[in-house]
Amino acid sequence: MLPAPSRVVDQIVQNRALLWANTIPTVKATCAGFALSLSVSFGLSVALDFMPRLRRALFPIFVVSQTLPLVAIAPLVVLWFGFDLTPKILIVALVTFFPMLVALVDGYEATDREIEDLMRSMGASRLQVFRSARLPSAMPYFFAGLRISITYAVVAAIFAEYVGARAGLGIVILNAKNSFRPDLVLAAVVISSLLTLCLFGCTALLQRVVLGWRDVEGHR
Amino acid sequence: MSFLEMENVSVTLGDTAVLEKISMRVEEGEFVSILGPSGAGKSTLFRLLTGGLPLQGGRISFGGEPLAARKNGFAFMPQRDALMPWRRIIDNLTLGLEVQGTRRREARAKVMPLLADFGLEGFADHYPAQLSGGMRQRAALLRTVVLGRPMQLLDEPFGALDALTRIQMQRWFEARWQKARWTSLLVTHDIREAVALSDRIYVLSPRPARVIAEFAVPIPRPRLVEAPGAQAHAIESELLETLLQQTREHP
Ligand SMILES: Nc1ncnc2c1ncn2[C@@H]1O[C@H](COP(=O)(O)OP(=O)(O)O)[C@@H](O)[C@H]1O
Ligand SMILES: [Mg+2]
Repeated sequence: MLPAPSRVVDQIVQNRALLWANTIPTVKATCAGFALSLSVSFGLSVALDFMPRLRRALFPIFVVSQTLPLVAIAPLVVLWFGFDLTPKILIVALVTFFPMLVALVDGYEATDREIEDLMRSMGASRLQVFRSARLPSAMPYFFAGLRISITYAVVAAIFAEYVGARAGLGIVILNAKNSFRPDLVLAAVVISSLLTLCLFGCTALLQRVVLGWRDVEGHR
Repeated sequence: MSFLEMENVSVTLGDTAVLEKISMRVEEGEFVSILGPSGAGKSTLFRLLTGGLPLQGGRISFGGEPLAARKNGFAFMPQRDALMPWRRIIDNLTLGLEVQGTRRREARAKVMPLLADFGLEGFADHYPAQLSGGMRQRAALLRTVVLGRPMQLLDEPFGALDALTRIQMQRWFEARWQKARWTSLLVTHDIREAVALSDRIYVLSPRPARVIAEFAVPIPRPRLVEAPGAQAHAIESELLETLLQQTREHP
């Protein structure tokens, strides 16, 4: 039986202190995990861009890392790293890292060859070509990847909490389920959706700043 | 010795022979065109000159030295304008100077006074997408010219423009060239353009490209202010005949 929306709203209001206290760990795990995955995927994407042979060697391994079922991996990570923030950060990073890496690597590859030829004719170094041509060319791809990953990130954080944590929206959901409180489960779900929307909005805002040139008239 | 000399230059890409024993020369201050069908290998020749491809066979000397010894000899204008859509026009124009290590402020100070001459005044802060095709092409040319390199390589600079804009641009270009007399190598498949702008014309065969003819164009400038005269017409017909004969042999 599905509780009425009014009841869910009611639960959010009544349990606001509990929900707020448990949203904070989830936000922390999401943001820290995502920051980790961003820095690793960016660093790696640069390395792979400068070393195509490394790319060919490592890419299959990354693909394999994506085939591992999260249901099996998450409990292991929690087992190894305990109930603190660390395993959540790792799981969020594991889930979001690959889409970001692919977005960046594909983005570099999408650089207009004539722009690269032009820069080389100007005497640009490989690094200059990367900074002035390949990196900006990858930005639209980067943001496409970012918007997808950020939605995965929240789900991954909640799932990681569900598997084992002291606090977090995942724990609220778990406890509410165990005490047969679908209204409270849904209240936590609504909060997590709002959180996702909020983060999604942040990326959209960032995109408007970084890709502002695409909003001028003439594009599309 | 000529300013630029190519001798028996050959290029194979993958299994495709693209250039076959190309020999050409360009004198200082001379405007030379390469006329050839699409896909012949004209852009490939430019990639060779600008260091995008290693020299596989033959010899290229530039300013009396082997090409490899001369860095930054060419200012290159690619086939499409290759303006970076994320940079404002002014930042596109200073790209080459920045690559060479000029500070942004100095680079801008150097470019700004040239905008008017290239019909770009008031558009420094626009993005390329906001400009017309002709303006983008002029911006690409200015980006090339501002480097002050000894020689210009122009790859079908007016190829993407509509007919009217193209004629306007050619006229504007001729006037501009007469003032500056840049040593230039122009790639085109437009016969009229080649005759209007060049001192000499090399005709290439379809791929693998060979030089099949060389024409001198001893017509006084400016040539584009009035309608082309009988001499221009005669050269144009001869060029057309040479090109058509080739495609007949290689259908
Ligand atoms: N990397 C490559 N491998 C194989 N063939 C290529 C490669 N790059 C270009 N070509 C071929 O070389 C030919 C010449 O190309 P290009 O120099 O761009 O011609 P043009 O500028 O005269 O139109 C084309 O037919 C093209 O298919
Ligand atoms: Mg070409």
